[in-house]
Amino acid sequence: MSGLEKFDMTESNLSSRKKRWEILMMVSLTAGFLWTVVSRVPSAVGAPLSSSPSPREGFLAPDFTLDTLQGEKVTLSDLRGEIVLINLWATWCPPCRAETPALEKSYELYKDSGVVILGVNLTSQDTVSEVVRFVQEFGLTYPILLDRDGSVSALYQLKGLPTTYFVNREGIIRTVVVGGPMSETFIRSKIEALLQEVP
Amino acid sequence: MFPYLRLGPFIIPMASLALLAGLWVGLPLIEREAVRLKINASTLSNVIFSSLLAGLVGARLGYALEFPALYSSNPLSLLALTPTTLSPSMGLAVGLVVFVVFIQRKNLPIRPTLDAVAPGLALFMVFVGLAHILSGDAYGAPTSIPWAIRLWNEYRHPSQFYETFIGLTTFLVIRERFPKPEGTGLNFMLTVALASASRVFLETFRGDSVFWPGGFREAQVIALVVMAVGFYWMRRWMNLDSMPNTDSNQRS
Repeated sequence: MSGLEKFDMTESNLSSRKKRWEILMMVSLTAGFLWTVVSRVPSAVGAPLSSSPSPREGFLAPDFTLDTLQGEKVTLSDLRGEIVLINLWATWCPPCRAETPALEKSYELYKDSGVVILGVNLTSQDTVSEVVRFVQEFGLTYPILLDRDGSVSALYQLKGLPTTYFVNREGIIRTVVVGGPMSETFIRSKIEALLQEVP
Repeated sequence: MFPYLRLGPFIIPMASLALLAGLWVGLPLIEREAVRLKINASTLSNVIFSSLLAGLVGARLGYALEFPALYSSNPLSLLALTPTTLSPSMGLAVGLVVFVVFIQRKNLPIRPTLDAVAPGLALFMVFVGLAHILSGDAYGAPTSIPWAIRLWNEYRHPSQFYETFIGLTTFLVIRERFPKPEGTGLNFMLTVALASASRVFLETFRGDSVFWPGGFREAQVIALVVMAVGFYWMRRWMNLDSMPNTDSNQRS
């Protein structure tokens, strides 16, 4: 005899079962409603903003200061008000090489719209001469920063190369892309989304 | 937490693999339940697979529709293996529509089919929790409770563990098939209601809630409405099954 056949389908049985379920439903809905009301946070509106920076979506991008290839200092927090792409890369990483033209083209298209690309080279695992050769090979015009001691890759808890962070005008990370290569369409769609954000 | 698997040039998030594992264990469970409820298991499997595929395509097209100029000038980008260029809401909508259309076209009885899906769906929810543990998503609110975990530079509620535990409890309840008679869609609606109820409860401990005016959490309000809809259909189908058998109340 199957479980289906064993079930007692008499009218009184069905009726009492139905009643029990109805009570359970009403109690659950009432409890859910009360919990929703009690647990609301009257002062909060919109998406949350964490007070502590962290390298993930929805958090403030951790701040850093690094030297460019030309020896100038760039501090991330000084770029507040602009859209920033932080691209962690190395010359020996094939997907990094593959996505570099798309990054350069996107930079050329959007640099006048308040978009900055920071190419953070893992110089602790690379050499400056290789970086210079790479920049010349691809004709890069966006700032290349040198992470000589690996402090930024540690700060951003780097899991693999390349990794790119799309940061909005308020300094909040909106998208993290671990791995690559990113296509130009992909990069531009993410930039367009950030440009559409209401400040 | 947050491990990635490197396969040649690809870096695969372990969370995605957890979701795939959820499908891998959930689908055979659905097939077994289908056989028990006397539904064509291979047809149901094909319908689910087609719905998942359609959901994936819908999610990508939904994202592309937000940037029509970019994607029309480079349509090959639609095939890119980038999970961050998916629209989850569009994917869910397309997947559900394809599921409903296909079960009708394949003449699968709707309510028994939904009941066949219920245990597999409940088990998949456990794997969603595991995926959140691996990725660090769906993170908890900052707290000082003794069992807080250090995550994203703060001590937080281990909300991903709560989610997994409650998901497992829901699965064990659904596996018992409490609502009777079976094959009437009640177990599926109970799955929907329990999943929603757990979201209503757990959202309070999340640190990534989006708030509506008045301080109401968006996910909590939506889950409450889904829970009410689930209960509404449970009640409706119970009434249908307690009525004398007529053509109009045959299990469709």
